[in-house]
Amino acid sequence: MQAIIDIAGLAKSYKSGFQALKSVDLQIGEGEIFALLGPNGAGKTTLISIVCGIVRATAGRVTVAGHDVVREYRAARAAIGLVPQELTVDAFAKVADTVAYSRGLFRKGRDTAHVEHVLKELSLFDKRDSMVMALSGGMKRRVMIAKALAHEPRILFLDEPTAGVDVELRRDMWAMIRRLRDTGVTVILTTHYIEEAEEMADRVGVIRRGEIILVEEKAALMRKLGRKQLTVQLRRPLVALPGELAPFDLERSANGLALTYTFDAQAADTGIAGLMRQLAACGLDVVDLQTRQSSLEDIFVSLVSEAS
Amino acid sequence: MNIPAVRAIFVSEMARWFRTISQSLIAPVISTSLYFVVFGSAIGSRMSEVDGVGYAAFLVPGLAMLSILTQSLSNAAFGIYITKWSGTIYELLSAPVSWVEAVTGYVGAAAAKSVLLGLVIILTARLFVSFEIVHPVWMVAFLLLTAVTFSLFGFAIGIWAGNFEQLQIVPLLVVTPLTFLGGSFYSVKMLPPFWQKVTLLNPVVYLVSGFRWSFYGRGDVAVGVSLAMALVFLAICLAVISWIFKTGYKLKN
Repeated sequence: MQAIIDIAGLAKSYKSGFQALKSVDLQIGEGEIFALLGPNGAGKTTLISIVCGIVRATAGRVTVAGHDVVREYRAARAAIGLVPQELTVDAFAKVADTVAYSRGLFRKGRDTAHVEHVLKELSLFDKRDSMVMALSGGMKRRVMIAKALAHEPRILFLDEPTAGVDVELRRDMWAMIRRLRDTGVTVILTTHYIEEAEEMADRVGVIRRGEIILVEEKAALMRKLGRKQLTVQLRRPLVALPGELAPFDLERSANGLALTYTFDAQAADTGIAGLMRQLAACGLDVVDLQTRQSSLEDIFVSLVSEAS
Repeated sequence: MNIPAVRAIFVSEMARWFRTISQSLIAPVISTSLYFVVFGSAIGSRMSEVDGVGYAAFLVPGLAMLSILTQSLSNAAFGIYITKWSGTIYELLSAPVSWVEAVTGYVGAAAAKSVLLGLVIILTARLFVSFEIVHPVWMVAFLLLTAVTFSLFGFAIGIWAGNFEQLQIVPLLVVTPLTFLGGSFYSVKMLPPFWQKVTLLNPVVYLVSGFRWSFYGRGDVAVGVSLAMALVFLAICLAVISWIFKTGYKLKN
């Protein structure tokens, strides 16, 4: 993997003494979609802000496309498009003007065709002559994405892109992110909607109290930490678990009608066959079966609570 | 040099000005016209000549300067403050733009607005009073120098200000008194000897005097002194701005 962003020993302490980041090391590969997960206040935005040049690091080093973000800030920043978390737009400007403004800031000449393409991509083309203040919140969010894409960046940062966004826009955004990835753009998104990371990301990083506690391929992570649960519905309530079933560590529901078995889906012997045999041997009538795979959310919650 | 960025900032700042043209251009023109009607015609007609010119004509450079000072200051301060206040400054801070380019865009636009305004005010004045400009090139030079200097000053205030009150406080409590006491409405020579000395501590005196010299060939202080002081003030403002960006003061925490 060719790293397009290389973060080494990055630390940030604010004047108040609050340590937002404690020696973070992280590499982002070119062309991947990386999801940075973490609870509020974990340091996600601080990390992004340092990479983008908005916040100064206390210690450590960041290179973007091989350029140091402090010493070669022009080359580094030219590669990046940033969509911050807060809705901050020039309310009095026209949509097309504010997008063209962003392009200019990034040293790109006027290119009406590209601006038009970006506006169409985000369903903003009909609104190009509207004042930003006249748009709905979701539309303003689209304007911010259009501004970030105006200069054709190689890397796109999306800080909580779908916070407070309706389902349609969220779907549009996911589709847009996939199209961007297809054109080779690296996408880094922070989120606390696990669903989003699960849906989109190639790799997942988890940050907690200023420390990266895990970076893993999403698929591998789900495999590694993924637990499966088998729930068995019984015809008649079971008052107490028979001794024969003890090795399976079953969980009995309050009404005694359901038994839950947790197993490792990757294991050579999941133990399901044995369990079924024992159930039959105990004379328990099974009416229904269901299995459930733990989601990234369960994994995340267990990680964050485990570490605290 | 990132010229497209300078142009983008300049254009967007000018667009903001044109959106509020009635406030940004018409209001100052009306208030200046009122000054001419009241001080120039009503009161000025009863006054003798000041420093060799009629009082109404004497007022023209001072009044133009008054507007240029206050408008440069407020335009530049507001321009950067509103960017900070609305949060859109993230874009400027994360763009491949050096502070020189950012300042050139913002201050250039603020100065361009007040130069335009100054010229419009002088033209408006010409409708009320008849006067000639002896040194037009120097007139434009002083106009530019003052507009740029006070736009830089305003820019620094806009960055320093943490709220709207602070944004107003320096212009209202420091600059307006200095401007009114800076010889816009009177010649320094009309003051008692002691106050003539005190008033020389006021930087606005040198700007007004130099500007008036470019109109009528005479000022309260020698034109060389005016020019030197204007340049010193420009240098101070430049030093403050460069310090702000080098340290990231109020911009990067």
